[in-house]
Amino acid sequence: MYGFLIIIGSILLLSIIWMVYKIQTLVSVVKGSDKKVASGSNKINALLFVVFLVGAGGWMIWYSIKEFNNYQLPIASEHGVITDQLFWITMAITGVVFLITHVLLFWFPYKYQYKEERKADFYPDNNKLELIWTIVPAFVLAALVIGGWKAWSDITKPAPENSHIVELMGYQFAWEVRYPGLDNVLGENDYRLTNASNVSGVDFSDKNSFDDFSSPVVIIPKGEPVLFKIRARDVLHSVFAPHMRLKMDAVPGMPTRFWFTATKTTEEMRAELNDPEFVYEIACTEICGRGHNAMRRELRVVEPAEFRKWVSEQKPYIVNNPALVADLPIELKELADIAISEHK
Amino acid sequence: MATAHTATHSEASHDHHDHEHHENFITKYIFTQDHKMIGKQFLITGIFWAIIGGLLSLIFRLQLGFPDMDLEWLRPVLRGWITTDGKLDPEFYLALVTMHGTIMVFFVLTAGLSGTFSNFLIPLQIGARDMASGFMNMLSYWFFFLSGVVMFISLFIETGPESGGWVVYPPLSALEQAMPGSGLGMTLWLVAMTFFIASSLLGGINYITTVINLRTKGMSFAKLPLTIWAFFLTAVIGLLSFPVLFSAALLLVFDRSFGTSFYLSDIYIGGEALPNTGGSPVLYQHLFWFLGHPEVYIVLLPALGITSEIIATNSRKPIFGYKAMIISMLGITILSFVVWAHHMFVSGMNPFLGSIFMFLTLIIAIPSAVKVFNYLTTLWRGNLIFTPGMLFSIGLVSFFISGGLTGIFLGNSAIDIQLHDTYFVVAHFHLVMGSASFFGLMAGVYHWFPKMFGRMMDARLGYIHFWMTFVGVYLVFFPMHYIGIAGFPRRYYSWTAFEFSNMYTDLNMFVSVAAILTFGAQLIFLFNFFYSMYRGRVASLNPWRSNTLEWTTPLHPGHGNWPGEIPAVYRWPYDYSKPGAKEDFIPQTVPLSATPESNLPHEQELVKLEKEIIADEEAVLVANESNES
Repeated sequence: MYGFLIIIGSILLLSIIWMVYKIQTLVSVVKGSDKKVASGSNKINALLFVVFLVGAGGWMIWYSIKEFNNYQLPIASEHGVITDQLFWITMAITGVVFLITHVLLFWFPYKYQYKEERKADFYPDNNKLELIWTIVPAFVLAALVIGGWKAWSDITKPAPENSHIVELMGYQFAWEVRYPGLDNVLGENDYRLTNASNVSGVDFSDKNSFDDFSSPVVIIPKGEPVLFKIRARDVLHSVFAPHMRLKMDAVPGMPTRFWFTATKTTEEMRAELNDPEFVYEIACTEICGRGHNAMRRELRVVEPAEFRKWVSEQKPYIVNNPALVADLPIELKELADIAISEHK
Repeated sequence: MATAHTATHSEASHDHHDHEHHENFITKYIFTQDHKMIGKQFLITGIFWAIIGGLLSLIFRLQLGFPDMDLEWLRPVLRGWITTDGKLDPEFYLALVTMHGTIMVFFVLTAGLSGTFSNFLIPLQIGARDMASGFMNMLSYWFFFLSGVVMFISLFIETGPESGGWVVYPPLSALEQAMPGSGLGMTLWLVAMTFFIASSLLGGINYITTVINLRTKGMSFAKLPLTIWAFFLTAVIGLLSFPVLFSAALLLVFDRSFGTSFYLSDIYIGGEALPNTGGSPVLYQHLFWFLGHPEVYIVLLPALGITSEIIATNSRKPIFGYKAMIISMLGITILSFVVWAHHMFVSGMNPFLGSIFMFLTLIIAIPSAVKVFNYLTTLWRGNLIFTPGMLFSIGLVSFFISGGLTGIFLGNSAIDIQLHDTYFVVAHFHLVMGSASFFGLMAGVYHWFPKMFGRMMDARLGYIHFWMTFVGVYLVFFPMHYIGIAGFPRRYYSWTAFEFSNMYTDLNMFVSVAAILTFGAQLIFLFNFFYSMYRGRVASLNPWRSNTLEWTTPLHPGHGNWPGEIPAVYRWPYDYSKPGAKEDFIPQTVPLSATPESNLPHEQELVKLEKEIIADEEAVLVANESNES
């Protein structure tokens, strides 16, 4: 029934629009306005540009100020402060250019709309002007590039020696988190060793792997450099920690990395935002399939002392599942057994 | 040299007589070799694809704006892609995003824009009977058509169309186990793109050859309208970059079907370790973006060329800085090949490369800025007539500024770390590449409709269409900047799994409603377009009082364009409002010697040279007449 009414309604609406259209066409033929170079609509269009400029411009500025705290994510890393600074400097410069060019673009149509008695200026070129607006943007852009380049080289330079290493491995559709344990050296891995009980494909014939452990939450210390070693085992993924201003693709067959220093613990951020539920998060930003939008891992920043305590309490893979080292050659097996017994 | 030229011209005009006698429905409308009809074929096909691409985006906007909505009513169309609880299947969501991108970038804004206007305008504006090779031109359309058929079929197969994003990054696109769309859907995608690349190359070679070889007498490169410069450079970019996409696709075919490891390495998927080692997914990204970035300019340059022409005509003013405009376009053409890796700052490539590409990327902003300033100066102290084409051109400049400026953020690798693959990027390229090019397409259709169909489109419907679309596009894409700065990743089926993105449901709903209304406004255009084709007011020969050559042809130019000799050209195309001239425009065919009252000092000297051309032409006319008698 409703469907029928909707169809009748739309037919009525369309026929009204149709009649209005026909009438205005006939009127314009009678008035002869289609013979003129510019009809009365010219004025309306010119005016609408100004209306749009004021209306949309005002709305944009109002909304940008009102919503600032919503879209501006709090920063929790050292380099994030710098990249955000660059972002807002660029925003200021481009914002000014945006406003000036748009004021001109929408005001000129109003100011110079067609008038029969006037003739446009024949003004084909002016090399001086061209030169100015080639060179000025060049200098401004050069300044922006140099700022960005400095920040970029600092961010991407090799991680400090004392960085805490965390391995993030993306797979469909989760992140596997591996810590190197007390020796801060990750055991080797080989994708061919992957199976249900060895998700990361850790090579347990490498002694460094004996104290490696896994964690459901990425826990890192505040104020100390952390190196994310990133890889993927099936398709591309990308580690994205929005509050850390951190993003790096996870590529099968090509390990990548990103190091950073967190500046605020989760608790501190909760206090600052007055939000006891707040958590840092890691998401995936490279399309990877059905579960792309659900590859969530919590990232927890704690005080360094708490971090050390937590690391010492964790149980390595081989303690949780001694079967992993059951097939090792006898000498290695003994070492592994010692490692296991130390944890008991 | 001059005699050789005239010989070909008169031969061509004889051909043209023959054609008119033998033309039937099939050779006129289907397997036509007339560049004008081929242009129209590209346009109609482009419009068809734009509707499909737009509808796909509406479906995923419903999911993003109204995640709780019961989509059961779409089941008659989408069948199994609606889950039992009335939701959109997440994999089909990704397929929609992918197909929307592929269709809009390649089928609408490359073929629909470049294919339509390069074909239609190049011979008309340079004064040629047709393209250099009408047959290749016909093949170009039919390869495109075939490509479209294959892509269209892929929408309906059981495993769904390609769904790994329009960039089809392997290993996701290479492994059927990774997602169902990477099976048959991806195979069809590769087949379709192969035909598409062949079509682009056939078209591009033709455009370049035609512009270089078939310009009429007096039409030097320095007298070409900016549209032709733009189409010419676009074709050059396409010719150099599409083969690289082909190579990327070919290697992907090998990886998918013949067990090679160009892009695959160390993969454990579906419970088994694959034998592939040594490949690099980043290699694919380099190859893809070597086309992918120039592609941005392939869709943008024609739009900029079209607007240059329309803004000058309707400002009744010469385009400001004709030479600077050409140099800018040349600069963009060259630089477009050395900026591709700014799409890959966080792909894991060497950060040093990132620094290099950041420098190169920000350089390309300079010619773009020059173009904007030149447009503004052209409007300044003009006598502006707001035809629908003019409105869309001004809209294009606005989008070009808005979207171009956000490019300065994204081109800066340090800032890009946070913004990469968020909605900020989506907002950026939809404004600068999508909407700007779309507005160029619309501007071109409104402006050249009288030449295509001999009738006028209704101006008022055009105004309504423009304002609804212009405001609508900003309402859709401007809010995405905020969502992007807040860190919302793209290609997400829903954002509720994360706390940092578990907000802005209102803004997303707003965007979706705006998208539906903007799409609705396009129906006005469709009505106007098809209705005016048959029932529109009959156009005058030069409705916009424009200078370029196409307006010297008859209302319905036949195959061969000019019934008699091709007119010679004596001046640049932008003599609008010249001081001293009687009218506010002087067409390119008016000799300088005929307008002593308005000639500039240096033009007065050219009058002498011109006399030789005229004398030459008269000799030919006499010769022709004696031949015929």
